[in-house]
Amino acid sequence: MSPLLRVKGISKRYGEHIGCADVSFELHAGEVLAVVGESGSGKSTLLQLLSTRIASDTGSIEYQVTGRGLVDLAHLSEAEQRWLLRTDWGYVEQNPRDGLRMNVSAGANVGERLMAVGARHYGEIRNTATDWLQRVELDAARIDELPTGFSGGMQQRLQIARNLVTRPRLVFMDEPTAGLDVSVQARLLDLLRELVTDLGLAAVIVTHDLAVARLLAHRLLVMRQGRVVETGLTDQVLDDPQHPYTQLLVASVLQV
Amino acid sequence: METLIDVRGLTKAFVLHNRNEARIPVLDDVNLSVAAGECVALAGPSGAGKSTLLRCLYGNYLASAGAVCIRHEGAWVDLARAAPREILAVRLRSLGYVSQFLRVIPRVSTLDVVAEPLRELGIEAAAARTRAANLLARLHLPEYLWHLPPATFSGGEQQRVNIARGLIAKKPVLLLDEPTASLDVANAGRVADLIDEARRNGTAIVGIFHDTVIRDRLATRLHAVSTQPQEIPA
Repeated sequence: MSPLLRVKGISKRYGEHIGCADVSFELHAGEVLAVVGESGSGKSTLLQLLSTRIASDTGSIEYQVTGRGLVDLAHLSEAEQRWLLRTDWGYVEQNPRDGLRMNVSAGANVGERLMAVGARHYGEIRNTATDWLQRVELDAARIDELPTGFSGGMQQRLQIARNLVTRPRLVFMDEPTAGLDVSVQARLLDLLRELVTDLGLAAVIVTHDLAVARLLAHRLLVMRQGRVVETGLTDQVLDDPQHPYTQLLVASVLQV
Repeated sequence: METLIDVRGLTKAFVLHNRNEARIPVLDDVNLSVAAGECVALAGPSGAGKSTLLRCLYGNYLASAGAVCIRHEGAWVDLARAAPREILAVRLRSLGYVSQFLRVIPRVSTLDVVAEPLRELGIEAAAARTRAANLLARLHLPEYLWHLPPATFSGGEQQRVNIARGLIAKKPVLLLDEPTASLDVANAGRVADLIDEARRNGTAIVGIFHDTVIRDRLATRLHAVSTQPQEIPA
């Protein structure tokens, strides 16, 4: 079985500074990969490279485009890349305000992505949007309200609905639970876990929170100073870390 | 009976890179074969490496040397060398593990926690919940607890939830870490009944049982864990 995403030796330099160096991995359909590491380790740069928001200096990123097999993303036109981002992929921003359109209603935020894949029937779009608001446990009666009136946790759930409504095969998430209250985090994590399993999504999740990684991810990629220092099965990396940096990271977590 | 676990020359040492590269040797050249219908109890004092061996068998500890082979869909998979997705496939269908403590997922009800291994095998929700309910009833977990998340349960209640979760999918290889440690005599007996039933149905079991009454009842063989491994007849 060939992978959904194949990454070979990608790097990004910002002048003298290394954003991300020589990263390679494969991701299969339905697999959840967590990228962990501290601030400045290159996690977010990696996510931006993968999602073609910034271009890699070296290497290649191949994606299984429906009906075409593995295609080097650099060989896609800009229009084709945008199409992928709007339909087959999702990107959940750490700050929901960056991923939502704050000046249109909750329903329109969800409906917009549906229209991008060709939905035109107003009633059907509204029904699907209502259905998705409920799936992410938002009150469907608030469909016509602006997201500015929603709490941080509600905005994050709305952003997730907006991303998943087109049934993407691959979702990128940048610290999806950071900045939320712990009780709100738990609810969001449980929801994400359920949706990922039900929809068979593949996901790359950037997080500095090892507990989030343990709950959601099949595999881990540990990054430090732009490089991958350790990779493996989630519970193996967390229970029996091999690299000095991973050992330090795991040993530094406070137990409750 | 068919051999389902085959460990050859397993060596495990922990290297603590942030403690002056201290090397802690735990397992040295462990050899262990377990067939379907056998229950092997790991024996040895605290610190001998019983839990380490069990975790190497599950693949969350990485072997330093040797092979840890588990029978999976008619072939051997060496967990010491397998890719993460192969190990996950082995765990999904062939390898179950009951840890000492339940890792609770916020908000998920007890019934769904127990039903999850069946859901992962593609069994439809209602059928999975029915089987979970039957198992919880056999373990005498009060019915009013089934719809609550187990986070606030007592140690003994959580342990029974954990055991139900470990047994429900009837995986051919089962690893048990102190499955009756927090249970009273009556509940320990019910858990032992279920484990023995699984063994009679052909499950290959490796377990750590500090309770010698339970151990003598369940084990078909003891395996001494120490730096000089040897087999002790039961």
